[in-house]
Amino acid sequence: MTRKSRRLAIIAAVALGLGTATLLSMSAFRQNMVFFMAPTDIAQQGVPAGRTIRLGGMVTAGSVSRGQDNGSPIAKFRVTDGKTTIDVSFAGILPDLFREGQGVVALGTLAPDHSFVAAEVLAKHDETYMPKDVADALKKTGHWNPAKGAPAPNTLWTGATATPPTSIKSGG
Amino acid sequence: MQNTLAALVTPGLIPELGHFALALACCFAGAQAFAGIVGPWRRHAGLIAATPALAIGQLLALAVACAALVLASLADDFSVKNIFENSAIAKPFIYKIAGAWGNHEGSILLWGLILGLCGGAVTAFGGNLPTLLRARVIGVLGGTSVGFLLFALLTSNPFTRLWPPALDGRGMNPLLQDPGLAIHPPILYAGYVGFAVPFAFAIAALIEGRVDAAWGRWVRPWAVASWAFLTCGIALGSWWAYYELGWGGYWFWDPVENASLMPWLTGTALVHSAIVVEKRESLKIWTILLAIGTFALSLSGTFMVRSGILNSVHSFAADPTRGVFILGLLGLLIGGSFLLFALRAGNLSPGGIFAPLSREGALILNNILLCSIASIVIVGTLYPPFADLLIGQKISVGAPFFNATVLPLAIPMFVAMALGPLLPWKRGRLAPLLQHAWWAALIATLTAGIASFGMGILPACGFGAAAWLILGSFAEVAERTLLFRTKAATSVRRARGLPVAVLGAAIAHAGMGVTVAGISGSALSTQKIVSAKPGDHFFSGGYEWTLLKLDSKEGPNYQARVATILISKDGVPLQLVRPERRNFTAQHQTVSDVAISTNFLRDLYVVLGEERDGEAVLRFHVNVLAPWIWLGALIMASGGTLSLLDRRLRVGAPVPARARKKLVTA
Repeated sequence: MTRKSRRLAIIAAVALGLGTATLLSMSAFRQNMVFFMAPTDIAQQGVPAGRTIRLGGMVTAGSVSRGQDNGSPIAKFRVTDGKTTIDVSFAGILPDLFREGQGVVALGTLAPDHSFVAAEVLAKHDETYMPKDVADALKKTGHWNPAKGAPAPNTLWTGATATPPTSIKSGG
Repeated sequence: MQNTLAALVTPGLIPELGHFALALACCFAGAQAFAGIVGPWRRHAGLIAATPALAIGQLLALAVACAALVLASLADDFSVKNIFENSAIAKPFIYKIAGAWGNHEGSILLWGLILGLCGGAVTAFGGNLPTLLRARVIGVLGGTSVGFLLFALLTSNPFTRLWPPALDGRGMNPLLQDPGLAIHPPILYAGYVGFAVPFAFAIAALIEGRVDAAWGRWVRPWAVASWAFLTCGIALGSWWAYYELGWGGYWFWDPVENASLMPWLTGTALVHSAIVVEKRESLKIWTILLAIGTFALSLSGTFMVRSGILNSVHSFAADPTRGVFILGLLGLLIGGSFLLFALRAGNLSPGGIFAPLSREGALILNNILLCSIASIVIVGTLYPPFADLLIGQKISVGAPFFNATVLPLAIPMFVAMALGPLLPWKRGRLAPLLQHAWWAALIATLTAGIASFGMGILPACGFGAAAWLILGSFAEVAERTLLFRTKAATSVRRARGLPVAVLGAAIAHAGMGVTVAGISGSALSTQKIVSAKPGDHFFSGGYEWTLLKLDSKEGPNYQARVATILISKDGVPLQLVRPERRNFTAQHQTVSDVAISTNFLRDLYVVLGEERDGEAVLRFHVNVLAPWIWLGALIMASGGTLSLLDRRLRVGAPVPARARKKLVTA
């Protein structure tokens, strides 16, 4: 085999390898891309049931309740971004840092009744941590201006729907 | 112990000494870079001769700096900001030592120390290198050190003081208080930073404009050693995630995990392509590119983890301002290297020719597949943060994306992995190949066939691939020792004469098979989540789990709830396990302490969750073959280490006379 034909063979093999990689990534991207959404985004954009998304927001204070389903414990809570609130259910052990009134990110799908079924609830390792995506979402809804200090204390995130807590309003 | 230490050292002096040593090391590194680059360029004998001493000086200064940080931590010197933020008087002794590198500043210092060790190692073991090449390699390492030590001094100084000093520290993140995580960073960093040596060799070769078989022989042991460390480091990290996070998984395709996987993939490609340079003087330009790329990915891994660009469940310290510095460093190093590459790579003469079906061909296929997988991992990891940065769209891709893309490329690689070593150099033929490997292929197909009755098609293929890899890896050894085809004594004699590197490669390839088997086993794993009160019992995964009692326990710096669970099978009691849920009072943080009972074929894995009204949430896992995942990585790394012992690597003569004659006549 001459040097030229060897080079051609190598180029063909490289093109095949990288081409396969590109095609695989493109199709997998389309199917597996997961969007991050705050409850308001979900309400506005109308997410089809069954599509996997990442939901982020604050766990509404006093909203956590636990029940049973087929012998498995189910945790139910509400997540809010200050404008809109959504019901979330999760089968499994809530992460160690899951607290009412704190930021949370959940991976899951929308049920036909517009509640959110979480397959995974993510928590950071740091107890003071606010997930970056959640912080951005709160800034977007205007309920937290980082220039005016820390977000409102936990107890104020009580099922805020139409009107955000007053102290937050004055802060933002 | 700690009080005596505190009394021994003058308060406040130790950190200043460490700070001074760090600055001194940076100066040494600068001098080392100057002498190593300018010396050979100007043919200045004095500068060239000074490089080893400068490298040793840098290493010693860094050792003093690290020792100072550890001593200050042991002495509870809370006038040091880093120690105040990450330590506490109540912290256990071992974590006062290990905690020194468990945080951002300390880990950057560790980076520097290991880079210094690389320079020292090239000085110590590089006796057979040509003087000019050795000086240049040490010089490039020195230049890299300057960047990192400046980064430490300017943006993340571990010796920054706090005034007034605090009485007690804030304590260490409880998740990090774990023996596995104490040794994880040094080993992982040894892998990351070790690739600086092949990188330095590549840059030195580009400056010289010459790459030959000898270069390949010199660079390969360094690449193999770094690769072995990186393999162990990744395995340790994954193992830690498995038993400490308590999620039951071992690999989450988390950005931080991917950051270490990327240099591993290209590093694996480098280890193989360097063989072609050494034996056949081919693939030179490509190998240089891989050496540069692997180190660039190691650096970007650090950058991504440390800058907070990658949102991860594992990241602890993130500060965007530091990111800018590392980004600048990265741009300078990578941009400079690729510029040099573009200018000089054309001068490297191409080497021997070969047919597609040959050892070289198989190694090229391995490189193409590894680099394709690496590029997928890079895209999957980097696209989400860049999409957020550029178009403000918050997206993420998870395990489904990586599984769907990596698996189709991994399968042909597994097939080629076992066949490659059976092929001769230059030109191979299909018939002898089939003759040597048919039995492995047959057993692998049977394994997959039998397995497909009990499970899905994908795990069945996984088990087939595992069998193929393990058996196929030893096909070459069997072939070379004429196993079962001659007298046993002859086989043993031939095995003794076998180059250690051949054995090392076979073991490393088989290790991959063991890991693949472990990963396939996770498809058979089961889990069940229950809410239980003492006395309740459940059936899951073929075992009976009985919650006997729930009580409280007092730890050194935490309070814990402990569940005692009896696991039995078919009415026979097997094991008592005690998962805990620890509340670290200083940090208001709760950490699960998973109970794992293993017999190396399966792990019984129990996690205790929160409690309400006398009922505790429990999760029972039966993780089939889970220990094999890390066992395989360990086997891979030991195969690499074994091949380092090969006599051929230590012999000074670059090309054996026989091979040289063959090259001339070819």
